[in-house]
Formats: sequence, C-alpha cells, structure tokens
Amino acid sequence: MTPPSPTHAAARVSGVSKSFGDGDSKLRVLKGIDLEVRQGDITMLVGPSGCGKTTLISIIAGTLAADEGQVEVFGKDLRKMTQREVTQFRARHIGFIFQSFNLIPTLTCVENVSVPLLIQGVPHKRAEKRAVEALAQVGMGDFIKRRPAFLSGGQQQRVAIARALVHEPGLIICDEPTAALDAKNGHVVMDLFERVVRGTERAVLIVTHDNRIFHHASRIAGMDDGRIIEVHDIDAEHPPPEHLKQVERL
Amino acid sequence: MLRLALKMLFGDTAKYLMLVAGLTVATFLMAQQTAVFCGLMNWTKATLRNVPAPIWVVEEKVEQVNETNPLLDTDVARVRSVGSVSWAAPIYTGIQRVRLENGSFKVIQLIGIDANTLAGAPARMLKGNLADLRLPHSVIIDDLGVQRLAKKRGSKVSVNDVFEINDQEARVVGIADAMNSFTGGPYVWTTYERALQYVPPQRKMLQAVICSPRKGVSAEQAAADIHRETGLKAYVNREAVFEEFLEQVRGGGKPTINFNVSTVWWYIRNTGIPVSFGTTVIIGLLVGIAVSCQTFYSFVLENMRHLGALKAMGATNGTLCLMLLVQAFTVGVIGYGIGLLGTALFAFGALEREQPPFYLPAFVPYVVLAVVLSICFLSALLGIWRVSRLEPAVVFRS
Repeated sequence: MTPPSPTHAAARVSGVSKSFGDGDSKLRVLKGIDLEVRQGDITMLVGPSGCGKTTLISIIAGTLAADEGQVEVFGKDLRKMTQREVTQFRARHIGFIFQSFNLIPTLTCVENVSVPLLIQGVPHKRAEKRAVEALAQVGMGDFIKRRPAFLSGGQQQRVAIARALVHEPGLIICDEPTAALDAKNGHVVMDLFERVVRGTERAVLIVTHDNRIFHHASRIAGMDDGRIIEVHDIDAEHPPPEHLKQVERL
Repeated sequence: MLRLALKMLFGDTAKYLMLVAGLTVATFLMAQQTAVFCGLMNWTKATLRNVPAPIWVVEEKVEQVNETNPLLDTDVARVRSVGSVSWAAPIYTGIQRVRLENGSFKVIQLIGIDANTLAGAPARMLKGNLADLRLPHSVIIDDLGVQRLAKKRGSKVSVNDVFEINDQEARVVGIADAMNSFTGGPYVWTTYERALQYVPPQRKMLQAVICSPRKGVSAEQAAADIHRETGLKAYVNREAVFEEFLEQVRGGGKPTINFNVSTVWWYIRNTGIPVSFGTTVIIGLLVGIAVSCQTFYSFVLENMRHLGALKAMGATNGTLCLMLLVQAFTVGVIGYGIGLLGTALFAFGALEREQPPFYLPAFVPYVVLAVVLSICFLSALLGIWRVSRLEPAVVFRS
C-alpha cells in the first residue's frame, strides 16, 4: 500500500509534550520530543523504564493524543484529524506488533492474521487468502490452521508480524517484539523485519530494551526522562554505541 | 468481524456454556412457571367450560364460579320470565365425596343439570350416551374420574361401574371429555333432581341458573336485562381475552360481566398463587440477569487486551460494540431456544398426564424472548461501556 504522501520521513514529531493527571499529581511524561522515523529504516527507541517510550509510540500510532507539538505520519498531521479519521488512518497505514503478541487465542493463525483486513472491510475469503500469503512470507505457511496456544513464542511472534504486514502498512510499530523470545528467535524475528523493510518505503519503529538486537537497527534514539537525548545512525562502520547497551543503568 | 466475534465466543467454551445455561434456566423458569400459573387459572374456571351456557345467573354477591351462594328455586322461573331470555335451567354445583367399592373416599365436583333439556351437559362424550343420564342412579364422569374413581390404582372405571355418593348408588352411564377442576376432583354430572338427593338437604339448594339470550339479543344485553328485572347477578360465559385482565389491573378490579374474568381475578386477588408463581418468575429473571451479566462482563474483561489490540489496529467503537451485541444476542437466542424446548418437553408430559396444569398463551414466548434479549442487551451494555472507555494505547502497557 502506498503511503498517502510519500516523504522521506514516515513519521515526524516535533515539540511533542504529554502529561498525565491534574494538579499536584500532574506528571509530565514527554517534554518537547523531536524525532523522525525514516522510510526504509528500522528505528529503535531505547531508554530506561518510565522514560516515555511507550507514550511516544502511542502518540505516533495515533492511539494517544499529544498535548502539544506536531505529529505527522506520512505527511498527515494526526492532531488535525478527528478521532474517526485517526482510527481509519491507523487501520490503513500502521501495523502493530505487541510485546505479548496479543493474538486472539480462540482464532486460528490465518484468522488472527486476517483481522486487520477485516477491520478495513475486506471480504472474508479475500482476507483469508491474503493472510495465508502473509503467513507464508514469515515462514508460517504450515501453521495456518493452528491456534496460538499450540505455537512456540517465536512462532507466535512471527504470526503477529504476519498480522502487522498483511495490510501492507507503511509504518510498523513494535513494542518490545523480542522481549518474550530467546536470542535465537529474537534474531529470526529481526531478520524478518530487515527483510520486509530494506529497500522499501516501509518504516519500522521498535521500542526495546533488548540490546542483543541493536545491531539490526538503522537508527537508535536514546530517551531519558521524557526527552530524546541522543540519536545514532547505525551501519557496518558505525555499530551501536556501547553505553546504549547499558541502557537500563542510564 | 462478526464471524470472528462468534468464534471468540464459541472458543471460550466454559463461559459460553455458562451463559447459555443461565439464559436457558431463566427462559425455562419464566415460560414454564407462567404456563403452569395460566393453566392453574384456567382450572379455576373449569366449571364454566364444562357446563357450557352463554349466561350464568347467580346470587348478587357471587364473584367466582367455585363459591356460589344458593338461590330460591323460584329464581329459575324469574329468569325465564325476562323478555330477552330464550331458555333457563337450574344448576347444582358443589364438592361432594364419593365412596368407592374398595371403601376409600374421593372428592368430586358434582354437577346437577336439568333432566328435560340436559342444558349444562358435557360438550363431548367419550363413551356412553348423554340421554342415559335420565335413567335411575345414573351419572356421567369425566376422563379424570376414569382413573381417580377406579377401585384400585392402575385400573379404570368403565360404563356400568358403580360407586356411592352419600350412601346412594351412582351408576356410570357415560364418560365425558372435560377440563380438570381447580380442586383436583373429577367432574360428575347427574340430573338436578338426583343431585339434590345426593347432597345433604339445605333450605336453598339452587346454586345457579344457566340461560341463553333470545335470538338477536347479545349475551351482554340479556345479562343486563336479567340483573335489572330480577336483581340477580348475571354473568356472560365467554372465553376471556388478555385485554380484559389488563382492564382489571388498570381498573383495580372493577366489576366485570365476564364470569371467567371475574373468577380468575378473584383468585388473583384472594390467594397467594400469583405471588408464589410471580416470585419464581422473578427468580428466573434475576438468575438470568446475574449469571448472564456477570459471565459476559467477565468474558469481556478477559478479552479486554484483545479488544484493545483490535481498537489499536483500527476497529471502531461501533464495530466492537456490534461484536459484543452479536455475542450477547447469540447466546440469548440459543439459551432461549433450549429453554423453550425444555418448556415444550415439560408441556408434553403435563398435557399427557393432564397435570400439573399447563397453558402457554401465545404471547408468552414473545414476552420471554423480549425479556431474555433485554437481559442480553443489559449484559452487552456493561461490556460496551468498558470497551468504549478503553484507550487503544492500553495495549502498549504491559
């Protein structure tokens, strides 16, 4: 699916702030965040717990509204859209991968993967056909009729990736995609991401604590106390900085 | 999405079965208890069905057919003299005891009818000849009496069998089809004169006068004429319709000219029967609400993470609400269906054995369906309230 207005940046936030609570209990979680998520990149958002990573990806995903600042995804300002428009935009252009997979246990793999298409109103048979293709793409073609409970953690995450890809979104947002996986499965999953992103206009934004996967990133943004404190472009010559691997101790 | 909603529902077997069971019990209790209540109320007016006559004339204070105050014998002639009356005949009706050949006693509902016209005779004979009622010591019993008045359990009374009413012989000359009485005793018809011989003598023995309006005059008009000219209470005897009971409720029990309505209403006002059955129906309703709401809400809570994920993926509140409604109404319809099937099975047994009383008015299944679907809607509403307040961002919080 072609993004609505192709730009180099899949998502761009500038001056974004977000607070929770009122009065004395008001907590300022994001403090004027600027960040760009580029097409064709795997951008990782790292930082200690409570630094605002989840709030930031929720705002970029359009599941949470920012208090201040500008949130553009594929050139569309989410803050100027109505709630209904944001929901529709999310359904079309954003894919989600959650830490605990969030596969519906009573549905088979193919049914789980077809959900984003069904949400968009794609007829059931066509949705299932495309879901089968997406499952084959992530190496789960032999498990289409299995239920999630009968799959390993790595297999479940691959099904979740198929679900995030099936409607061909321009931006894939992942919350700790390897947290529940062992190192080997973690790399399998990240290889998959690289395969679906490299050389495309698709962008992947990953929130993670897992320093084993940092070398899969194109960019790493370090966060602390509601601010982006550093951004590094990663390639063969520029590996992830060592201090980021101690991120929990920041 | 609705197909997925149903798969989510059927996939959680324990909760699905719990929901269906709760709604099945609620449906069964509401439909079956209402039917038994209506059947029992039908039995209260069984005498009016079994002694068919367009108009019943009784003493002025009488409100129901099972408790009549005696009239003077001359009142039959007074009724006959009313211009709009075509014919009039005396009726004896009362509870008596029968002594069977084996020495045991049974309660019966004795009906004495005019020997000349046989007005008030059973409408349908199963065995024997109605005219034989004019023979000495003869009686006609109903189909319940065939078993109840038998010499021993399991055997049956047949034509020409004999029993005693107050030490006087009663020979069965016919068997009639009749509705069971409220007291549970079988109906026994004999002639009016013989009925007076069977029962202990009193100063006044006439219990009621049955009559018919002249051609071209309505029963209501004739009843009004009888009341005006004789001072006696004249009721019409026609099948009660639901609206007449509604009128009674709205009017706080104002006098009605329909003896069926008056009789049933008397039992509603003066006995604990409606309270007893009403309590069970309310328990059924509460069981349905409690089980359904609690289980469905728990089902929604358990699926909240997935519903949040669907919301994050772009499902609108409307879609999610529709999914919950489809889930709730599906279990509602299935629970209702099984509950009504249970009621039907109960009905087959009850109608076969002619007890307990069972009469399911046509509107009751629709009312029960509406109640069950309302319970489902209420259950879904709790889930909808939670889902509509659910922030999709919640799925990113571990």
